[in-house]
Amino acid sequence: MSQAIPRKPRLATVWLAGCSGCHMSFLDLDEWLLELADRAEIVYSPVGSDIKTYPKDVDIALVEGGVANTDNLELLYQVRANTRTLVSFGDCAITANIPGMRNLLRGSDPVLRRAYLELADGSGQLPHAPGIVPELLERVLPVHELVPVEVYLPGCPPSAERIRAALEPLLRGELPHLSGADQIRFG
Amino acid sequence: MSVCTLRINDHDLAVPLGTTLLQAARQAGIHIPTLCFLEGLSAVAACRLCLVELEGSDRLMAACVTAAAEGMRVHTDTPRLREIRRTVIELLFTEGNHVCAVCVANGHCELQNLAVEVGMDHSRLPYRFPQRGVDLSHAQYGLDHNRCILCTRCVRVCDEVEGAHVWDVGWRGEHCQIISGLGEPWGDVNACTHCGKCVEVCPTGALFHKTDTSEEKQGHPERLQALMHARNHQQWSP
Repeated sequence: MSQAIPRKPRLATVWLAGCSGCHMSFLDLDEWLLELADRAEIVYSPVGSDIKTYPKDVDIALVEGGVANTDNLELLYQVRANTRTLVSFGDCAITANIPGMRNLLRGSDPVLRRAYLELADGSGQLPHAPGIVPELLERVLPVHELVPVEVYLPGCPPSAERIRAALEPLLRGELPHLSGADQIRFG
Repeated sequence: MSVCTLRINDHDLAVPLGTTLLQAARQAGIHIPTLCFLEGLSAVAACRLCLVELEGSDRLMAACVTAAAEGMRVHTDTPRLREIRRTVIELLFTEGNHVCAVCVANGHCELQNLAVEVGMDHSRLPYRFPQRGVDLSHAQYGLDHNRCILCTRCVRVCDEVEGAHVWDVGWRGEHCQIISGLGEPWGDVNACTHCGKCVEVCPTGALFHKTDTSEEKQGHPERLQALMHARNHQQWSP
């Protein structure tokens, strides 16, 4: 009788409202990425896959960024519905961080007016292209204020070592226990 | 000198009467996290991080203002206290606008370090994103209310050590904020001597040198302590 070969974990990385710095830090894993590619199936990622729609049956998803617009929100709901372990990846996902600073202006309309009218040089107009340009949400929110999150990986960005410290146990099917300044300090 | 004996965690201690629980613990090498407390200034028990449990009492006591007493049995690190301390830090983070990544104090911030110490990898409380201002009217220094945790170290150092009393606490509840003078722009307050003590004792990036950019602000509470030591012992040369 042949034993079933254990399936490789299916890994996704997702980019919401962030600067992509967390993904750049992910790429800083350098040669360990080769090992990761061997140990996991990369099923969705702006830096590791060309798939445009979020797949089903994902084991681990690293979600970078706060939730700032309707596209972010829709994708996050798809991620949550199709992912076993959702990792809130970096300070924007965990605290709203820099994207969240627009919340001080109280709502999407003041933000758009400030950016596209008040600071425009004469020919400003508010962007309006339904179905093409996603609408801003009233507030940028951290991921866990909208959907449940299993793992938090703080940092702006989290260092490659910190990312690996979270991924190693996840690839073994365990939850990481991160602590100390090297692993959970914000900023 | 009258002495009292007490037990803190597993340590039996004898300390002079009048010693606070925080002093007694620190002398015995027992760590209790603090934020508003600063050696050299009066203790005000504002931040509640140094709360400890006393056997025989349900009431938690702030170690920085509670005097040791004969026979006390004190616990400084219980699951209940750990939960309270993490919640206090989460309250501070969500109450203001603390964006570590772009803060002058990033990497040297007592609030940021305490978040690590209490194991805060996220806040279980929702962020408020309050609307707060920044006062850049002073020639050398700035005050960013977004990063202020109302510890009142600046108020105390200016009043008790510099003797200028530029700072106070104005308003109430969510509108509570540090004010200069009678709520005037800092730069208009003639009482300010520009000594910078408030900036040196601020635990976050709320008070800063205008020339500091991200990660460049270093607090210097040790300078206050050296000054207080010199004053108290009349030792002016190191």
